[in-house]
Amino acid sequence: MKIIVCVKQVPDTNEVRIDPVKGTLIRDGVPSILNPDDGNALEAALQIKDADPDTEVAVLTMGPPQAAHMLRECLAMGADTAYLLSDRVFGGADTCATSTTLAAGIRKAGGADLIFAGRQAIDGDTAQVGPQVAQRLGISVVTYVQKSHLEKGKAVVQRQLEDGYEVIEVETPCLLTAVKELNSPRYMSVGGIVDACGKEITVWDHNAVGLDPSDCGLNASPTQVFRSFTPPPKGKGEMLGGNVQEMCSTLVSRLREKHYI
Amino acid sequence: MAVNIVKEKCRGCSICVKNCPFEAITMENKLAVIGSACTGCGVCVDKCPFKAIEKTEQEKKTEDLSRYQGVWVFAEQREGKIMPVVAELLGEGRRLANEVGCELCAVLCGFGVEALAEELFAFGADKVYLAEHRELENYRTDAYTKVINDAIEAYRPEIVLLGATHIGRDLGPCLAVKAGTGLTADCTRLEIDPEDKKLRQTRPAFGGNLMATIICPNHRPQMSTVRPGVMKKAPYEKGRRGEVIRLEVNFREGDIRTRVLETVKNIKERVSLTDAEIIVSGGMGLGKPEGFELLKLLADKLGGIIAASRAAVDAGWIDHAYQVGQTGTTVKPKIYIACGISGAIQHVAGMQDSERIIAINTNENAPIFEVADYGIVGDLYQVIPALIEELDK
Repeated sequence: MKIIVCVKQVPDTNEVRIDPVKGTLIRDGVPSILNPDDGNALEAALQIKDADPDTEVAVLTMGPPQAAHMLRECLAMGADTAYLLSDRVFGGADTCATSTTLAAGIRKAGGADLIFAGRQAIDGDTAQVGPQVAQRLGISVVTYVQKSHLEKGKAVVQRQLEDGYEVIEVETPCLLTAVKELNSPRYMSVGGIVDACGKEITVWDHNAVGLDPSDCGLNASPTQVFRSFTPPPKGKGEMLGGNVQEMCSTLVSRLREKHYI
Repeated sequence: MAVNIVKEKCRGCSICVKNCPFEAITMENKLAVIGSACTGCGVCVDKCPFKAIEKTEQEKKTEDLSRYQGVWVFAEQREGKIMPVVAELLGEGRRLANEVGCELCAVLCGFGVEALAEELFAFGADKVYLAEHRELENYRTDAYTKVINDAIEAYRPEIVLLGATHIGRDLGPCLAVKAGTGLTADCTRLEIDPEDKKLRQTRPAFGGNLMATIICPNHRPQMSTVRPGVMKKAPYEKGRRGEVIRLEVNFREGDIRTRVLETVKNIKERVSLTDAEIIVSGGMGLGKPEGFELLKLLADKLGGIIAASRAAVDAGWIDHAYQVGQTGTTVKPKIYIACGISGAIQHVAGMQDSERIIAINTNENAPIFEVADYGIVGDLYQVIPALIEELDK
């Protein structure tokens, strides 16, 4: 059985702060990490490998050369092989173009019986790339997977909904996108780190995966960023003073004055 | 649109490197170089003091876009009930349709749901495209994608809006690939460019730290998913009429590759954070799950409901359905009372549009006070009982 896990290196947006005076992003010292949902996707694949050691787990990403660090982490967690799609022409890709490149990478890697991806990446929060890769490969997809179980020729999964979940049976090969409720990603093991150092990371450019530059990156992106801006900071509110009773009394009278209560 | 460095003007000051939200710029031989992580956001263009960064538009030959007309709204139904976000999409869709000067239509899929068309007309739809089939009773990716994509090919809408629900965020990306167009996720603002009538889609990016306005200039339809609870609901006009257009639905063996075996509801009483006018929300500062009982007393007193930060949900104190924030629900009540919530950016992104924000926290430096209209530094276990007492007066 072969499993491919699509992963992404992202800046840790939890660490990002806004400069309260300038209203700009403070990005100094923000670390790059494996996207959290992708950690759950990888863990799901590794658990299948734990139960059946004949399973091969490959990780695949599109990104700049530095993304190799994250792939090395994935190898240290237990993945067998790693592929990095890296090329200047992949730059500026929206989800549509990204899915084309990832799908080409998956084909080049020989396809898979099962593909996992994280539900969404914390730097974009679109949740679009997973289902779009599945569409490009012509396989079925289940998003928001919080529990999964493999059977012969199919997977039985729980798909999270806002107020519960659905139990879905899906034919394999298929692509499943993982939410954090699916599992707890393991840490890298010492042995894993040692093994990871000896493993090669395969790097592919557009030629290697048989894509024309017009099918990649900005050129192949229907959506474009028209402009970006930091949301205007809100005016400073009022800090209430006095003891607890006084503060509560002021608050209630302020709200009553303005007819909020 | 591509961002390029004008080498002759670049002085190597590296201001752009520090300001790039995506770490896409590096310095090589004292010149800025744009790397493959560039998303074309253009933040660096304004930051460069030497006007050495340019953003260029790419002209492309494309098909005749004027063949695409009308604003479509995906009328998501579950168990025969229209989802609340649909009325919001119709409200927003009406405004867009008026500005473009076209019709507002709804696409309704299900089984035995024709009666719902009346509701969609009442919320402002001029036409309802109706697909009814046993296989469409529950949402399934393959079935809904096929039927709606066939309708898009046949009727060519200019704009397609979906709610950013767990269903809309599954269907949208699949439809966009099938239709060969772009999709902008989780929009919080939609506008029509007054000059060329194209759709401008604004969404939070980067954990809510950055807003990006996205366009889809050369492909149709222009597609967006819209966050529930953000747009204003369409007014309900009882008895308003419209036209029902039945879509032909045929499935072949192998078209639908999933089966829904069971649907399970987690919570009996549905938490409707998006509809609440008053929300009392708790975070790590509660210290224990029982803290929510105290918040409930205050919420009941005010006629509101309780909610939670991600930290409190992750601690296992309360169900995920109560979570407000980037990965939870976006809310904009009249009053939002944040109790023991530090105010991480992800949380603030989900509640900053509340009309009045009240923060109660022991740490006077907590970031929550930066978005609060009224701040109380103190122990919530003293403040809330005092507040309840004050409200009784």
